[in-house]
Amino acid sequence: MHVLNRWRSWVWVLPALALLLVFVYYPIVENLRLSLYSWNAFSAHPVFVGLDNYKTAAEDPIFWRALRNNTVFAVTSLVFQVGFSLVLAAVLEEFVHQRLRGILRTIYFIPAVISITVAGILFSFLYNPQIGLLNRALGALGLDSWQHSWLGEPGTAMWSIIAMSQWQSIGYTAILFVVAIQRVPREFYEAARIDGAGRIRSFFSITVPMVREMTTLITILTISGAFLVFNEVMVMTAGGPSNSSQVLGTWLYRNAFLNDDMGYASAIATVIFVITLLIGASQIYLSRRRRIEW
Amino acid sequence: MMTASANAKPNAQTATPATAGVVTGARSRRLPLAGVARRTGPVLVWVGLAALVIAVLYPLLWMVFSSFKDNREVFDSPWGLPSQLRWGNFAKAGSAGVVRYFTNSVIVTSASILTTVLISAWAAYGLVRQKVIGGGLVLGLLLGGLMLAPTVALIPLFNLLQQLRIFDTYWALIVLYTAFRIPFTTFLIRAYMIDLSPEVDEAAKLDGCTPSQTFWRIILPMSRPILVSAALLQALFAWNEFVFALVFISDGDLKTLPVGLMDMQSRLLTDWPVQFAGLTMAAIPMIVLFLIGQRQFLRGLTDGMGK
Repeated sequence: MHVLNRWRSWVWVLPALALLLVFVYYPIVENLRLSLYSWNAFSAHPVFVGLDNYKTAAEDPIFWRALRNNTVFAVTSLVFQVGFSLVLAAVLEEFVHQRLRGILRTIYFIPAVISITVAGILFSFLYNPQIGLLNRALGALGLDSWQHSWLGEPGTAMWSIIAMSQWQSIGYTAILFVVAIQRVPREFYEAARIDGAGRIRSFFSITVPMVREMTTLITILTISGAFLVFNEVMVMTAGGPSNSSQVLGTWLYRNAFLNDDMGYASAIATVIFVITLLIGASQIYLSRRRRIEW
Repeated sequence: MMTASANAKPNAQTATPATAGVVTGARSRRLPLAGVARRTGPVLVWVGLAALVIAVLYPLLWMVFSSFKDNREVFDSPWGLPSQLRWGNFAKAGSAGVVRYFTNSVIVTSASILTTVLISAWAAYGLVRQKVIGGGLVLGLLLGGLMLAPTVALIPLFNLLQQLRIFDTYWALIVLYTAFRIPFTTFLIRAYMIDLSPEVDEAAKLDGCTPSQTFWRIILPMSRPILVSAALLQALFAWNEFVFALVFISDGDLKTLPVGLMDMQSRLLTDWPVQFAGLTMAAIPMIVLFLIGQRQFLRGLTDGMGK
């Protein structure tokens, strides 16, 4: 009777668990299976092909370019959203007075609340050679030779997308660092100041080690975000020109829904899955190791 | 992503030696350049902060200003204010689809807020107070769910939604936005409920409340602040979500703003002011919501991250 009563408590988690299993876990497992078949949206009988789809990926130069673009995205995002944002947060806390600090924080955060689609289209206008502000600004500064058809040239398309993404995310991660810095006891800074440590030295000796936990978290989120990027690229270039800005997400989408090669697309999805799994595992590993250290 | 109950406190203890290092070492290691840096530093910092404000705000202002201009003005005076307020651009953008997309976004967003917050709060309360058998396993599944990416599930979901006959309906998005956000929202609400006093439950029980009555009448009202945060973050997610909305909705009348705007861009091509007006209409609600509910927004973000 008692045990039965306790099983009845599953009523609490059942709705959440059912949705999670059916719409999150099942598709991910099913994707692994599908990646071993050759099939398209209209074929009644998928053909088992073993690891052929993965072989296709290994021999596909665009797959490798996509993977490289994701990596470049991750590294650049780390520099700006972890490095620069931490400095920005420290400067806000250190130099700016209470009221103005709040206003600046709010302003810097605004890009993060508009949708990536809006930001993406807005920046594609900004980069537009006809109406865009970027080329006009360069022209006004006498730097005509720096003008580009930013999203239309293979050499600049990917970087233009990455730049838009930094514009959107810096304020967001800076706010997270601000919260972490506010948790550092003030006495540490006072003690350092009394002993003659300058602001820069306090930053490296107190702020950086004290917010390490948040740094790890944001690093993980930034890297996994960079390997999952899709919306920005889809809106601004859809992977073009001539596949120069293709990332794993858009290459998956293209193969699944435009080239109708579902099997190959599933294999790309599995690659994305493995990458995010590794990143997630390192997150758990890092936070667990730290907990034992305490 | 919120694996540890790791907070600032234990961290504070370990880091004390680091401060001790500063205390002993700082005086002797002062750099000769420090004096110059002290004088020019603040100026550079303020210039940098101001430049960043301009870099953040100017593109947005350009968007709003341009949505009041006409095509000639967009080309001829891109930097300045519009010569007159042409509200007609907004009406044109509205009838070109923005109103339709906007309505769809409102429907999907509000429905998914309701389902996500209620189901998550229900589960969170069960996990915190009702001693669910295998509760650890459930937490593990939720934690795993935090890390699974929508893109990876895209192709099987394409089949699944068709078999369930909800492909190309509002339900496709509502169900997916709920399922994929339950892990985050449950952890967020759970962290808040852990701090509620268990005596409240005891008192309710003594007064003859069943657990579900306790949940609806007492716990839910008491958790209001975190529910507001959870709802705001869900709104931000659902309003801006792109990949599911792109793949699982093909009916033009059901598209939500992020995908609809992209469609509109290829339809209107060079009618720039109308395009800008459409972007402005899509961006304003979230900016306003953020400015009003800033505190709740940030609490939701940082509580969700820290615990």
